[in-house]
Amino acid sequence: MSLATPSKLEVIDLHKRYGSHEVLKGVSLKAHAGDVISIIGSSGSGKSTLLRCINLLEKPHQGRIIVAGEELHLRPTRTGELEAASAQQLQRLRTRLAMVFQSFNLWAHMTVLQNIIEAPVHLLKLPREQAVQTARLYLERVGLSGVEDRYPAHLSGGQQQRVAIARALAVEPEVMLFDEPTSALDPELVSEVLRVMQQLAVEHRTMVVVTHEMGFAREVSNHLIFLHQGRIEEQGDPREVLARPQSERLAQFLAGSLK
Amino acid sequence: MNWDVLLLPETLALYAEGLVTTLWLLAGSLFFGGALSLLLALALTSRVAALRWLAGAYTYCIRGTPLLIQIFLIYYGIAQLEWIQARWDAVWPWTMFKDAFFCALLALALNNAAYTAEMLAGAMRETAPGELEAAQAMGMSRWQIQRRIVLPSALRRTLPAYGNEVVMMLHSTSLASTVPALIDLTAAASRIYADFFLPFEAFLFAAAIYLCITFMLVGVFKALEWRFLGHLRPRSH
Repeated sequence: MSLATPSKLEVIDLHKRYGSHEVLKGVSLKAHAGDVISIIGSSGSGKSTLLRCINLLEKPHQGRIIVAGEELHLRPTRTGELEAASAQQLQRLRTRLAMVFQSFNLWAHMTVLQNIIEAPVHLLKLPREQAVQTARLYLERVGLSGVEDRYPAHLSGGQQQRVAIARALAVEPEVMLFDEPTSALDPELVSEVLRVMQQLAVEHRTMVVVTHEMGFAREVSNHLIFLHQGRIEEQGDPREVLARPQSERLAQFLAGSLK
Repeated sequence: MNWDVLLLPETLALYAEGLVTTLWLLAGSLFFGGALSLLLALALTSRVAALRWLAGAYTYCIRGTPLLIQIFLIYYGIAQLEWIQARWDAVWPWTMFKDAFFCALLALALNNAAYTAEMLAGAMRETAPGELEAAQAMGMSRWQIQRRIVLPSALRRTLPAYGNEVVMMLHSTSLASTVPALIDLTAAASRIYADFFLPFEAFLFAAAIYLCITFMLVGVFKALEWRFLGHLRPRSH
């Protein structure tokens, strides 16, 4: 984590509420190139909401989002939330922030290959030939050569999630956002996805990962954030934080999740 | 029973003329109805309430009234308007309202558009929210999401129901036989029945032809479903 390099992603003082219930009460985070930030916390702590506010799938009520030095222009809506002031800028920054979802969210009517080349061809306007080559490369990288022409529904959950990762990689994002990528998977399929994510970390890809996998958080990420009731309760070096929790809440949470 | 009459050259020629008219009515109403239904479906699923309301009112009226009455309204009703009468001798497009084929085609296309639009809009609304989110998160614009994700997915899922609608349309074209001066397959059978007073033979022969076309249409849609709905089939390997 060098302070000289500009951060890939900076989130400043993010607030979000649903009705009168405040889900995020001022959360900030910063990811430099190659950082892998794990966000943990019990359900309802706001961790998924935080991730989804970063690419504006949810509209925050307050806060700033800066992607690779470019600040996302926000303006308030009538309901008090913030929306993108420019749809074009939002779309451009979203392609720099690829997201991997809990439930994969592959496009069901497209084959694996079509899923992966969709954004490179139609958003980044790369030549189809080149996009197909890159897609095959990334499929190989996630250990899925030979499934190019299958449909998502004909793959296992672990395979679908790896395709989703390849789809995210294919746009060469600045930052990859993972929203509980292994939570919908059978236990024996979790490791194949985690192994791919570990490989990405080794390649120094910048990742923000909402996860329940404490092993991943400890071994792979270089920064850990524990979110509790919409606030960062504790953060720091994962091994340090997990081995010696300072707050009672984190100690309780860890006692419940580490068997 | 007297089947020989049906094999007379004049009779066969009349059936052939009727068949051609029926097929043109079907093809034309599917083509224009399909194009209109796409616009209507986009309006039905639009963010603009006025568009949703307008398109909804249209499909409600069309689907709430019999096709035969719609045909009568267009063929007889419009012809009664003085405003049209003042123009239909010279001014295009009003000249077309003198044409029986055009009036039947218009009624069928407008009717088909309403039914198809509701089917398509239903499928569009049922697009998996996660797939939309993935498209948004990728940075697609609203229109790109419609064009690349929602429509291709919804059109595929509409296919089985649309196949039924096309067969229904084929049979609906027989209502066009009520328009004088239009010889579709049913009108041809009526003519032959009247000429020879052979109701069974005349109408059974027409029914057999409808049956054959239906059989072929079903085959075409089976093939289309095989081609476009592979992603919904159970895994075969």
